[in-house]
Amino acid sequence: MGSTLAEKVWESHLVRRQEGEPDLVYVDLHLVHEVTSPQAFDGLRLAGRTVRRPGLTIATEDHNVPTEAIDQPIADETSRIQVETLRGNCAEFGVRLHPMGDREQGIVHVIGPQLGLTQPGMTVVCGDSHTSTHGAFGALAFGIGTSEVEHVLATQTLSLRPFKTMAVTVTGRLRSGVTAKDIILAVIAQIGTAGGQGHVIEYRGPAVTALSMEARMTVCNMSIEAGARAGMIAPDETTFEFLRGKPHAPADFDSAVEYWRTLRTDEDAAFDTEVVLDADQLTPFVTWGTNPGQGAELDSAIPDPASFADPAERVSAEKALAYMGLTAGTPLREVAVDTVFLGSCTNGRIEDLRAAAAVLRGRQVSDGVRMLVVPGSMRVKEQAEAEGLDRVFAEAGAQWRSAGCSMCLGMNPDQLAPGERSASTSNRNFEGRQGKGGRTHLVSPLVAAATAVRGTLSAPSDLED
Amino acid sequence: MQAFRTHTGRIAPLRRSNVDTDQIIPAVYLKRVARTGFEDGLFSSWRAAEPDFVLNRPEYAGATVLVAGPDFGTGSSREHAVWALLDYGFRVVVSSRYADIFRGNSLKAGLLTALVDQPVVERLWALADSDPTMSVTVDLVEQVITAGGEQAAFDIDSYSRWRLLEGLDDISLTEQHEAAITAFESSRAAWLPATTTPS
Repeated sequence: MGSTLAEKVWESHLVRRQEGEPDLVYVDLHLVHEVTSPQAFDGLRLAGRTVRRPGLTIATEDHNVPTEAIDQPIADETSRIQVETLRGNCAEFGVRLHPMGDREQGIVHVIGPQLGLTQPGMTVVCGDSHTSTHGAFGALAFGIGTSEVEHVLATQTLSLRPFKTMAVTVTGRLRSGVTAKDIILAVIAQIGTAGGQGHVIEYRGPAVTALSMEARMTVCNMSIEAGARAGMIAPDETTFEFLRGKPHAPADFDSAVEYWRTLRTDEDAAFDTEVVLDADQLTPFVTWGTNPGQGAELDSAIPDPASFADPAERVSAEKALAYMGLTAGTPLREVAVDTVFLGSCTNGRIEDLRAAAAVLRGRQVSDGVRMLVVPGSMRVKEQAEAEGLDRVFAEAGAQWRSAGCSMCLGMNPDQLAPGERSASTSNRNFEGRQGKGGRTHLVSPLVAAATAVRGTLSAPSDLED
Repeated sequence: MQAFRTHTGRIAPLRRSNVDTDQIIPAVYLKRVARTGFEDGLFSSWRAAEPDFVLNRPEYAGATVLVAGPDFGTGSSREHAVWALLDYGFRVVVSSRYADIFRGNSLKAGLLTALVDQPVVERLWALADSDPTMSVTVDLVEQVITAGGEQAAFDIDSYSRWRLLEGLDDISLTEQHEAAITAFESSRAAWLPATTTPS
């Protein structure tokens, strides 16, 4: 029997296998940021250890950084200390760092791919659950905790049990106005937040191979929201063209491509679990609850908790509606928002900004709605400004910011106030995620832009010409 | 890591499913650079907003075994969620389903996450409701939970169990395989990217 893509990458990184023990797996790229690393560096110091492979390690500042006045010191003292701690640790242990203000700074999952450091067939880890983003390149990429960050810093390996494999096949073709974000929100609504537990998901099928690299990253990014350890897409011409000419692309590009072409699931390979979704039937998707599985078509209404057969889901839906301040039966299109957030490692890349700008061009953000546009990296910001997108956003009345995680998790000053409601292109609608008491609806960049114009959850097709 | 063999304590029944790591500890508490002192962040939103939240109820004060609904620890990879539970005084979490990263983190940091069938969770909740002072014993050697004269087995993989029983730290274990790591490194393709110098 053949192997899946995930199994091939795993086997090719096997340092040691012993019956009754986890595998020891080599890590090709370790991404580091300020939040989950300080205690790991402390651990190294306490034990007198060094970073084994600084050359396979790269750090940036993203979670805490303000997105305004970035030439000033960070006003919040605990945030500033955390960022300064990362700077000290990188200097002490010889790790390359892209600090705030640097041209290469940005969200860790945006800068890896744009530098060409994320390549097919690699193992990529980071102390951040959205490391699954990098699987869009056919890499096996997953989030780890701080103990494991320390383990990778010290040994460049991880001690792990092999993951199970799941195929999510998306058949058909996306209709205009329907995006990668709608695919992944629909997948999570279908299989649930625990549906992918213990698995690596491989996304395949014509609707997936038709996606750009940016869109593939959006899909893989939210694999963790389905409970999966990682998401992957087999590399193809789209992948190779994206990587060609990137700063860290292999010098002998053709030889690398020859190897990358072998990174496919064999015809006779078997997945532990298989799921099928029809892209032809998909319409814009939004969440109504407090976990990413609580989503529905924008065309529908807030569901009645009583309609859930599973008692745990029913209770969860009741709690979610109470927290969200929503009533069952209300059409989703009538839900009014205070804030629109465009950004994050899910939807903060250039293509996302272009899509939203195309909707906003010549239109105005609705009165009383605040729209934040936060590019995923300083390079994305630079590119957007070269294309004049910053002016489109500014003329529409949106705020144009600098790069960082920003309102996705509100560790910097970009937060929702208690009771405030957002349409957000980020990845988590958990209670208080974007600020204490804040209410989040996850949406695509197109829905975010249309919602900003109308003030209620909307698709571009709802806008008048 | 502190070794774990057996623990006896009282139950805090957390009757919620899908408890995500943002609820266990909100991001604002993650700005700290120390590894201890996260107890104030544990379930801080629920503790502040809900007077009858289980950790606000005096009869459950001092409980050390958290019994939670399915899908505990979903979301972020923040190990701070485990530290916050330990710092608050919990030694064991019992649930019928955990998010993968959370469970991995817990077993590396010395918090026992016992996996049981949902009916066991329901029985423990009922026992804790009827008698909050009742003790439960979680025995990792025998892999059983004993409470109110009842016994239930729990699941944990044998390797993690061994590490917890011995209090072993993963890095020291891996360092014993230094030769295998070095051998693997010498076989890696030369064109793989390095962060130090663009090729």
